[in-house]
Amino acid sequence: MAVPLKYNFRNLRVRWRLTLATMLGIALVVAVFVMIMALARGLKATYVSTGDPRNLLVLRKGSTAESSSQITRNEVRLIKYLDGIARDTDGEPLASAEILVLINLDRLDRTGTANVLVRGIGPVGLRLRTNIRLVEGRMFRPGLHECVVSRKIANRFANCRVGEQFRSGRTLWRVVGIFEAAKTAYESEIWVDADEARDVFKRNFYGSILIRPVEDTAAVATMIKRMEADKQLSIRVLPETEYYLEQTKTAAPIQWLGGVLAVVMSIGAAFSAMNTMYAAVSARTREIGTLRVLGFRRRHIYVSFLLESVILALLGGAVGCLFSLPLNGMATGTMSWTTFSEVAFEFRITPELLMKGMAFALVMGVLGGLLPARLAARKPVLDALRSA
Amino acid sequence: MNADPIVQIRDLTKLYRHGEIDVTALNCVSLDIAAGEFVALMGPSGSGKSTLLHIIAGVDRATSGQCIVQGTDVGTLNETELADWRNNHVGFVFQTFNLIPVLTAFENVELPLLLTSLSSSERRAHVEAALELVGLADRMRHLPRQLSGGQEQRVAIARALVTDPTLLVADEPTGNLDAHSAAEILALLQILNRTAGKTVILVTHDPKAAAYASRTLHLEKGELLNGSSQSSVVSSQ
Repeated sequence: MAVPLKYNFRNLRVRWRLTLATMLGIALVVAVFVMIMALARGLKATYVSTGDPRNLLVLRKGSTAESSSQITRNEVRLIKYLDGIARDTDGEPLASAEILVLINLDRLDRTGTANVLVRGIGPVGLRLRTNIRLVEGRMFRPGLHECVVSRKIANRFANCRVGEQFRSGRTLWRVVGIFEAAKTAYESEIWVDADEARDVFKRNFYGSILIRPVEDTAAVATMIKRMEADKQLSIRVLPETEYYLEQTKTAAPIQWLGGVLAVVMSIGAAFSAMNTMYAAVSARTREIGTLRVLGFRRRHIYVSFLLESVILALLGGAVGCLFSLPLNGMATGTMSWTTFSEVAFEFRITPELLMKGMAFALVMGVLGGLLPARLAARKPVLDALRSA
Repeated sequence: MNADPIVQIRDLTKLYRHGEIDVTALNCVSLDIAAGEFVALMGPSGSGKSTLLHIIAGVDRATSGQCIVQGTDVGTLNETELADWRNNHVGFVFQTFNLIPVLTAFENVELPLLLTSLSSSERRAHVEAALELVGLADRMRHLPRQLSGGQEQRVAIARALVTDPTLLVADEPTGNLDAHSAAEILALLQILNRTAGKTVILVTHDPKAAAYASRTLHLEKGELLNGSSQSSVVSSQ
C-alpha cells in the first residue's frame, strides 16, 4: 500500500459531514443486524442450555412439543416401572409425568395479554431438574391451588408476585414462590402440582414423562429403541437436551427476518457509501492525476480509494456495534412458534456477533468502494491533471 | 558538464481527435537536450509546448516518433513501467502546485519516496534535505493552505527533487505567482540547474522567465521555429 493511510483518514475528516452521514447509515444497518442476531441468539441459547443430558423425555409418537403431546395414565404406569429407569433412595422410579397447559395472562404493563406455559409437575420432576433455584417464597403445596412462577414471568406479567393471585378459567392461583432456572426455557413457565393441573384443566392424560435412566450409555440407546418399539406404547423417546435443541426452530423466523432486513438495508447503505466515494473521486481528480505523475500506479490509486471506502464502512460498523451494545443482557420475550407461548430470554451480543457485524460493514465498504476506486484508477493522467 | 543528450526526440507527432477532426498538437518535432541544460519552451497557447513537455515527462504519449529520455524510449513503456519510470527519472512542477491539501509540506515531499525502498529514517533525511534546499525547513509541519503561493511552489519543487531525478520539468511554474515569488522560483530552478546539475525544461510564455534558461526553443502550431533545436549545448557557467 503506497498511498499513506493518513491521506484517507484526513480526507474523511475534511469532508466530515458526508463521512458522518455515510457512517451513520452503515452504523444503523450494522446495529439492526447485530440486534436481530442477538435476539435470535438469545432465544437459541435459552433452548440450548435447557435440559439435563442424563434425562430422557417421553412424548406421544409424532408430537414435536410437550404441549401437544398426550400420554395416558396407563402408559405412565407402564413406563414408570420399565427396566433401566433409575430409582431414588426410597426405591421410587425417577420418572415424572407432567402436563403443559397454555393459559392467558395480562402483561404487567397492561399492553395486552399473552400465552404462558403452566407446567404440572411433581416432586420427582423437581428432583430431575437441578438448575432450578427458589429465590423467593416457598414451593407450592398440592391441593391448595398454589403455584411458583419464574422470575422472568413475574417481571413481565400482572399478579405474578409472591402473595398475589391470578385467575385462569374458574380457578384462582396463588403465587407462593419465585424461581430462577439458569436462563433456560423453564424461565418462561409457571409450575403447579401435576395432578391438580390435570384436575383444574380437565385433562385425563399427561403431556410427557421425564425419566432418568440408569447411567449406561449403551443401555440407554437400547432402552430408547425398546420403548419406541413397544406395541403397547405409542411414544417417542429422546434426550431432554435434544428436545430443547429442536425447539430452537423458534429462532429461525427471527433470524431469517433479520437477515432479509439487514441485506435490504445494506444495499441502501452500500449505495450511500458508493455515492460518497464517487463524490470523493470527483473532488480529488486532480490529486489522483498528481499522484500518478509522481509515480503511483493505477493499482495504488485503486487500493487507496477502496481502502478509504472500507475505513469509512468500518468506522460506521464500529459505531453500529456500540449502538447495539446496551441491548446485551436485556430481557425480553417473544412468541414461540412451537409452543405458541411467551418465551422469555435475553439478548446475547457476543464478540463473535460483533465481528460478524464488522464483517458485514466491511462487505458494504468493499461493495460501495469498488466502482469509484476503479473509476479513480482508470482516469488518464493528463485528463485528471486538467480537471478543475 | 556532460554533453550527452539526456533527451532525444525524433519526428515526434501528436494528434488529438476532436470529434471528426484530427488536431495536430506536435508536427514532426526533432530535438536534443543535453544533460545539464536549462531549456525554456516558449510559444503561444496551443503551440504544443505543454504537450511536448508531457511527452518528455512520460505523462502523455506521442502518436508517432520517438522520445528517448536517458536511454529509455518512453513510448514503449506500459502504464505501470511508465509510472515507475516517472518516479525514478522525472521531477514534475505544476503551474497550480498540485500539493495534496490534507498532507503537510513534509508529507507532500515524502510522497514519491514512499514508492522507493528507503527506510523511514532515510526518507526523513531526504525530505528534510530537499525542504532545506528550497528554504522551507521551518515550514515542514505546515499544510499547503498555511503557506503562500511561492512557498507552495517551493514545496512542490522539493517534492520534484526528493527522488534526485536528473530531469526536472516545470509547466508554467510561475503562472500563478506574483512577480516577486516568480523570480524566486526561477532563481531556485536556475540554482538547481547550475549547482546540482539538474537538467531543467521549463514551459513558459513569459520571456522574463525564459531569460533564466540557457536555451530557449520556440514552438508554433506544433512545430519548432528555431533551427537550433539539435544539441547546441549552451554553457551555463
